[in-house]
Amino acid sequence: MNEGQARELRAIAHKLRCNVLEMIGVGKAGHWGGSVSLAETLAVLYFHSMRVDRANPKNPERDRLLLSKGHAALIQYAALCELGYFPREELGKVKSLNGLLQGHPDLTVPGIEAVTGSLGQGLSLGVGMSLALRLDKSPSHVFVIMGDGEQSEGQLWEAAMAAANFKLDNLTAFIDWNKIQATGRTEEIFSIPDLDKKWRSFGWEVLTVNGHDVAAIAAGIEQAKTVKGKPALVILDTIKGKGVSFAENVATYHNGMFDEKKYTQAIEELTAQQETV
Amino acid sequence: MEKKSLRMAYGEALVEFGKNNLNIVVLEADLGKSTMSCLFKDAYPERYFEMGIAEQNMATTAAGLALAGKIPFYSTFAVFAIGRAYDQIRCGIAIPEANVRICGSSCGLSDFGDGKTHQSIEDANIMCTIPNMTVLNPVDAVETRKMVKAMLTHKGPVYIRINRNDLPVYTPVDTDYEIGKMYRIREGGDVAIFATGAMVWKAMLAADILQAAGISAEVINVSSLKPLKKEEILKYVAGKKAIVTADEATRIGGLGSAIASLIIGEVNLPFAQIAIDDQFGTSAYTYDELLERYGLTENHIAAAARKALGK
Repeated sequence: MNEGQARELRAIAHKLRCNVLEMIGVGKAGHWGGSVSLAETLAVLYFHSMRVDRANPKNPERDRLLLSKGHAALIQYAALCELGYFPREELGKVKSLNGLLQGHPDLTVPGIEAVTGSLGQGLSLGVGMSLALRLDKSPSHVFVIMGDGEQSEGQLWEAAMAAANFKLDNLTAFIDWNKIQATGRTEEIFSIPDLDKKWRSFGWEVLTVNGHDVAAIAAGIEQAKTVKGKPALVILDTIKGKGVSFAENVATYHNGMFDEKKYTQAIEELTAQQETV
Repeated sequence: MEKKSLRMAYGEALVEFGKNNLNIVVLEADLGKSTMSCLFKDAYPERYFEMGIAEQNMATTAAGLALAGKIPFYSTFAVFAIGRAYDQIRCGIAIPEANVRICGSSCGLSDFGDGKTHQSIEDANIMCTIPNMTVLNPVDAVETRKMVKAMLTHKGPVYIRINRNDLPVYTPVDTDYEIGKMYRIREGGDVAIFATGAMVWKAMLAADILQAAGISAEVINVSSLKPLKKEEILKYVAGKKAIVTADEATRIGGLGSAIASLIIGEVNLPFAQIAIDDQFGTSAYTYDELLERYGLTENHIAAAARKALGK
């Protein structure tokens, strides 16, 4: 990736953070932390690495992206909006009674591939889709993004075994390793040490990248896609709440609220970052 | 009366329809030789996925296959197919209305020897409470095949529960079958007996007993537990003097409550519900011993009808 492409993807990631802030707004709770830790990854996936057909979101040869950590829906909505899959006005109506955008991913939203939000299930959905695409000899690749807190869900390890058992090399998973879950530091809530070793021992190719470096993420995805005969996992080393200083690494912003003052400060910080992108 | 295996009928139907419909895929959790999905494995190994003893992953993997255009049938014992994967069914299959077909084998008390951990008396009741879910309960091998065929074109998820034991074959081979329709299999004027699954044959035997006592019983096969159509129930109870329901499941949330909730306030007839009281099953040497223990025989149905009629 050249510097021009990288600059463009950084600008998109910035735009996605701004969209998430717009969706949360003032005085409404929203999943800020675990959404924006994925800003760079979703910018790279949707605007660089994935097969995306903006004119036809249902193109059978598209790549699939499943957000197993469905509570980060806001960042996926932010990206789908930038792809032009639904009108911008919907962002401000997220979670409202008659709005399009549900609190967690729903098939009613163009570009959303599955219902997620009950944690631990996304990788199984990915296994099913990968099996179907392989039967159809499709060129499509399936990407599944999991959380690090989510790693305590047992079903996810069933799926990890199944993906290796079926040698699914059209499946790439991610862990958003932002080290904080709903009520505190993951290490303190429910420690799962040596995630990389665990996944490797389950038969996966595992690599770790800086989850806020667009070039590193893109290179990691490229590498993951070249792996043959087994699935690959990219661990994204990220900062929860990245982009707004007072919300970084703070568990309350897992699903937090911005008052007028904080919201203004957040906008100021994001605006300042725009100039350095 | 000839008896046949519904499990065998299920496996054979998958093979029969899987020949031309290449979208059919089958998932199993190490019980394929019991559910008879193993027949599909032998016929089309590339479309058969052994998922190991991991029902939650099996359910959601089936959802992923369905969302990518396949028609997945996943099977294991009913108690695991449903109980072990409830939230996976709810979130991954029912909410997105995925075309997953769930086969709960060895349903009800039919796995008599294995006892309460393996007997499934609440699977259909639970599935009926989930929005978007269709619930089927075949009476015999012939109806089982028809249901598998109907599931190929049905939109949305379906749960089918299959009895472990050979059951009398008495539904016609050459008539049409439609999901959501009730089938009257014996006409009568005094009492309407709505039964489902293995209990339909028991209701037929009860009708013979009642006839000997001068009571005319109508027997309706409710092989679709959901959707249940109110107008059909009203059609069959019109002119009757009592209603009896019979299902091999816990009475809480079962066929009796479903029918009662649809007609309450519009029909004022004596009503009796043959079902399992609020308790788990137990081991026995035979299926019939259990049906006797839990009050699910033709004698129980006939007695309930007579009591409801005041005769």
